[in-house]
Amino acid sequence: MVSVQSDRPGAGQGGEELLVPSSVKIVVAGGFGVGKTTMVGAVSEITPLRTEELLTEAGEEIDDLYGVEGKTTTTVALDFGRITINPELVLYLFGTPGQDRFWFLWDELAIGAIGAVVLVDTRRLDAGFGAIDFFERRGIPFVVAVNCFQGSHSYTAEEMRVALDVADTVPLVLCDARDRESCKAVLVRVIEHAMNRLDVMA
Amino acid sequence: MSNSSDWWYDEAAGPMVRPYAMVSGRTRPKPAGEDLTLTTQVRSLRTTTDQGTLAVEHLEIIKLCRKPLSVAEVAAYLHAPLVVVKVLLSDLIQRGDVITSGPATTVAPVDMNLLQKVLDGVRAI
Repeated sequence: MVSVQSDRPGAGQGGEELLVPSSVKIVVAGGFGVGKTTMVGAVSEITPLRTEELLTEAGEEIDDLYGVEGKTTTTVALDFGRITINPELVLYLFGTPGQDRFWFLWDELAIGAIGAVVLVDTRRLDAGFGAIDFFERRGIPFVVAVNCFQGSHSYTAEEMRVALDVADTVPLVLCDARDRESCKAVLVRVIEHAMNRLDVMA
Repeated sequence: MSNSSDWWYDEAAGPMVRPYAMVSGRTRPKPAGEDLTLTTQVRSLRTTTDQGTLAVEHLEIIKLCRKPLSVAEVAAYLHAPLVVVKVLLSDLIQRGDVITSGPATTVAPVDMNLLQKVLDGVRAI
């Protein structure tokens, strides 16, 4: 890894320092089709991008792949967006792959994340359990955001909290993943929650 | 695996590719690129020496990274899998054609000051 202070030819030539920003990330997790990419797109300054990780690399130890290396391989898609905070700092929002069989990829996504959103859908509450468990175990600050699709407003936040068995210390918010202001509010809650947690630990 | 009836993948698993062809069969980045993560920022240096030995994909990365971009963004714009992009980037880092945010800043350490900046930034969008 080469740092900005490198004395490689060209670095900072003519006394000009080339700025390389640092980055932070927030992970948006939840079941398949719950609206993760929609949420990322609602707040991202770019149309969500899709990148692919190769299953053979990420899941090397998975038995099923024995014998297929060097032939063809399959990929797992990750959707992500970007918010430039300032010239020195960029926030990335990563949607986790929704299919259960790609859980192993979540670890790389979670490392270094400042926080996470677990997006749930009232029609399929159980799809959020795995994600809640994942972030609880790793001590990553997260909020539960209930994506209120049309016709699914019939529950209160408290009812949702009971149904999801989420501790009182975890913020739970209702949102509309298509709405920019609503998604902004969710991100603000995640960051505030991370700050509170840091404050408690200090 | 020549019998097409016992393929283990399906449509949901994504498209089938031969990605390593782009990097001469290499499946691991050079040491210069082994710390690259999804969000490591990459920026091209202004003066690129001898482009003769570089592949089209290398040159494309140099062009893309005139403004700093993350590894994930480079992969998305190049339509190439992440691991392939990490291999290509490791070539460029070793040659000194691009610089990255150093290990200490690849993932900014989380502190109150940083979180406050992120909070202000998100509120401002």
